[in-house]
Amino acid sequence: MHRYRFILYRPIQLLPVLIGISVITFILVRSIPGDPVRALLGARGTPESILRIRAQFGLDESLWTQYFYFVKNLFHGEMGKSILYKVDVLKLVSTRIEPTIILVGGSVLLALLIAVPLASIAAKYRGRPVDHIIRMLSTAGLGFPAFWLAIMLILLFSVQLDLFPVAGYGKTFSEKLHHMILPWLTVALALSAVLTRNLRASILAELHSDQATAARARGLPENVVFWRHVMPNSLIPTINLLAVNIGWLISGTVVIESVFAIPGMGQLLVRGIFTRDYMVVQSVAMTFACATVFVNFMADVLTVTIDPRVKL
Amino acid sequence: MILARSANARLGWRLKFDSGMVPLAMGITILGSWLLIAIFAPLLAPYDPILQDAAVRLKPPSMAHPFGTDNFGRDILSRVIWGARIDLQIATFGVVFAFVIGTIVGSIAGYFGGWIDIMFMRLIDIVLAFPFLVLMLTIIVILGPGLGSFYVAMALVGWVSYARLIRAQFLVLKNADFAVAAVSLGYSHTRVMFRHLLPNAILSSIVFSMSDAVLVLLNGAAISYLGLGVQPPTAEWGIMIAEGQGFITIGWWITTFPGIAIVVLAMGFSMLADGLGEVLGVRE
Repeated sequence: MHRYRFILYRPIQLLPVLIGISVITFILVRSIPGDPVRALLGARGTPESILRIRAQFGLDESLWTQYFYFVKNLFHGEMGKSILYKVDVLKLVSTRIEPTIILVGGSVLLALLIAVPLASIAAKYRGRPVDHIIRMLSTAGLGFPAFWLAIMLILLFSVQLDLFPVAGYGKTFSEKLHHMILPWLTVALALSAVLTRNLRASILAELHSDQATAARARGLPENVVFWRHVMPNSLIPTINLLAVNIGWLISGTVVIESVFAIPGMGQLLVRGIFTRDYMVVQSVAMTFACATVFVNFMADVLTVTIDPRVKL
Repeated sequence: MILARSANARLGWRLKFDSGMVPLAMGITILGSWLLIAIFAPLLAPYDPILQDAAVRLKPPSMAHPFGTDNFGRDILSRVIWGARIDLQIATFGVVFAFVIGTIVGSIAGYFGGWIDIMFMRLIDIVLAFPFLVLMLTIIVILGPGLGSFYVAMALVGWVSYARLIRAQFLVLKNADFAVAAVSLGYSHTRVMFRHLLPNAILSSIVFSMSDAVLVLLNGAAISYLGLGVQPPTAEWGIMIAEGQGFITIGWWITTFPGIAIVVLAMGFSMLADGLGEVLGVRE
């Protein structure tokens, strides 16, 4: 149990990171030129109504006070009120977070489903034509712009073959799944390229490790050695790579949400930035940051669980 | 593929270098070709990239227009050729600033250690967990749309990877005999850091910068696609894809060719990174 002690103190280490992120976001959002209230009221705004609405959202307080309230609210599980939508940001985030989680989660699963078999085959037939083809494909896959791939998939599967809807999200569970297949495929194809390259390299290193040799010496068949001993250890660097890149992945989904018109966190963020909806941008940024930190934490837990040698 | 085979045949007997030389040669060929295309764009492009011609609107690929024309009657081939200038610039400047900042920070953190190192490492933790897109979009909104804002955003985020690579190398190298010797000769910190340690530490960063260029290129194109980077009517691949999206059912060629251009250029960078990594013995 000694090895799992970091679960207790890691959150304390991560607190400064989250505070730093909250300060930077706060300053950044307030550096955007223009006044959100003026933008909201437009020509209708009289000096009195502008003052009243500023007071209503606490924007007449000093920056220190505003930051203090922002952090205090976060600890109470509140995120303040959206200036544009005039509802609690928490409510906005809770309705928008589902499509984004489904998009990111599904893409990661699909990417692993593509990468694990491809990397295994490439490593097993190292230097043979099939290995070269897989490496070639994964090198090409790295350079695919997600938004372009999305359009090409829409052209092929939605316009030509009429298999999937062009855009949108849907109401029922099966509708949502139907709408998500192309977005999943788009993100997963690019992601699986990165994962395949990484996993192939670590499988090759792990095939000749002491523990694999020991397993063979005990007379275990090669495919048992591979799936029970080589694969779990090879997955550790890949899982960590995935965790490090989760921030990029979440950011990347903003573009995908834009192409497929999925009402997720990314769309909320983009809209919030352009209307200077301070609370919305701050909250989305904090949600993304917490997700990134949480995923990295889980990757650490998983690493320690898989490999008893690792100490964190 | 023809290229790969001929390169293979020529270098096949060099067993030791074979695995690295093929991607290296292909990477150099692809990047070199794009560089030449960008430099000689005025000579190579058959038409003016922003000249509109109502007579040839939305024409599919033909002898006169090998890549077809868009909804303004502009020649796609000419726009792809001119776009190489902008997209090569995006990949270069998006990487250079991050590279320089990251190298300096990584050198200082690794060389001096102690509280300086701790401070920079915490900062790196923050940047790594910071939602990249929030930073990029707010900076672009603050500074106004355009490539300048994009470079600032890429530099602010990208330095982290270089700083970590250089720092890791410095932590090992600063205890090497030649470094200790340089210090005992009374050389200044700056001299030891940048004349003695850095040349030994920088290889992995150079290799990484090639794969970083792929990410930067894709981001730059995505930002332009969202309408926040290069502004129309400039010929840039990301914008061209965005402009063609509305005509996808009646003119597939408008979005297809600029996309292929991005993929090919990105492959060039990836292969150069792979090849350099293998030949120089640097593992990513």
